[in-house]
Amino acid sequence: MKLTLKIWRQDGPRARGELVTYVVEDISPDMSFLEMLDVLNEQLNAKGEEPIAFDSDCREGICGMCGLMISGEAHGPEKTTTCQLHMRSFRDGETVTIEPWRADAFPVIRDLVVNRSAFDRIIQAGGFISVNTGSAPKAEAVLVPKPNADRAFMAAECIGCGACVAACPNAAAMLFMGAKITHLGELPQGQPERAQRVKAMVAQHDAEGFGGCTNIGECSAACPKGIPLDVISQLNHDLRKAGAGRF
Amino acid sequence: MKLLMAVTGLIFVGFVALHAYGNLMVLGGADTFNTYAHHLRTFGQPMLPYEGFLWVLRVVLLVSLALHVYSALSLWGRANGARSTRYAVKKAAASSLASRTMRYGGIALFFFIVFHLLHLTTHTIHPQGTVATPYENVVGSFELWWVTLIYVVAVLALGFHLFHGVWSAAQTLGLTSTAAARARAKLLAHLVGGLIALAFLIPPLAILVRIVK
Repeated sequence: MKLTLKIWRQDGPRARGELVTYVVEDISPDMSFLEMLDVLNEQLNAKGEEPIAFDSDCREGICGMCGLMISGEAHGPEKTTTCQLHMRSFRDGETVTIEPWRADAFPVIRDLVVNRSAFDRIIQAGGFISVNTGSAPKAEAVLVPKPNADRAFMAAECIGCGACVAACPNAAAMLFMGAKITHLGELPQGQPERAQRVKAMVAQHDAEGFGGCTNIGECSAACPKGIPLDVISQLNHDLRKAGAGRF
Repeated sequence: MKLLMAVTGLIFVGFVALHAYGNLMVLGGADTFNTYAHHLRTFGQPMLPYEGFLWVLRVVLLVSLALHVYSALSLWGRANGARSTRYAVKKAAASSLASRTMRYGGIALFFFIVFHLLHLTTHTIHPQGTVATPYENVVGSFELWWVTLIYVVAVLALGFHLFHGVWSAAQTLGLTSTAAARARAKLLAHLVGGLIALAFLIPPLAILVRIVK
């Protein structure tokens, strides 16, 4: 396969960036998207040019490190992470535009790498439970009904990749936050801090400069883990109840 | 902020539903419609003064409009601030046309409301000529094709705005936390948007094709 790539190149956080065109030949349809970029980087290295910086870690679709805007779609045309996207999803001769996640709360560090520390600060604000360590309770000490456990697991699938923010026309992080609110809110261990959690996380979200949700639904469509819009409603529900002091 | 948006939006939904229902009175002929128009003004008498009920409504609607526009503008500003560098290429994967046109549709509706008030409430604009009764006013206006066209376009914009608005309000109020509730809210939004738009479309079109004279 042969592809024409238009890739965002930016030397540093403050540098001006631009789209640079590269042509890559001899791509196997079985390569992952990141392997294709590895091939391009080897060619750039051989020519003595600066390789393209992009994030990746596990390359198994579970860590949330990778994430590229591929021709206007977060993680590209398939419902998966960028590392698990394969070149067979593209046509031979296609032109593909690759950009970093665009959100002021996710500043570009270099080329396609963005700083997602804003997510960490949202989690630090309330996305946790407080327990005494040292004496782990028996797993069956607190029983959780199956439907609640299922929903908690569904929401806990979020890997914090940031595709929801990247895809959102408002650059809001409501799906990410909603997933954590739902995950902890479904479990008994999450109850004591439930009201405080939602208020603190939303306050941090707004302070980070994310936009406001207008329930458009692009986030859920872009999510590699298929987190549904329900979690945003759950967040709004918890926020309303917490605001009225009814927890 | 978004709660304000949702609640004021729902007040408008209630109002346009009543308004659309009232408009259908025109199908009943001159007497029915004029009685309805008169009754709106004497509604609540003697507890309320003449037009008292209308003024209560107007104040509620004006306050709601101010809050609705204020929250819309500040959300819009936040969205612009949250992505100052735009994508070179961006595809819409799941969003409906209605959801993507909320802001421009809202602005269009605002200008339409101004026009509508100048036209049929204050009669500052009167292409139909000066006439005595509300019925003649309405019928005289919609016999003009271009007046009907403006109204039809505005009502379609309203339908779209209502569709995404009702669904979005349900989501913002946190009433759609299961897949089934989400499907119900979408259905309700389609019904509200569709039925209200339909009810608003019937009178002008009926007048234009002279079913109602």
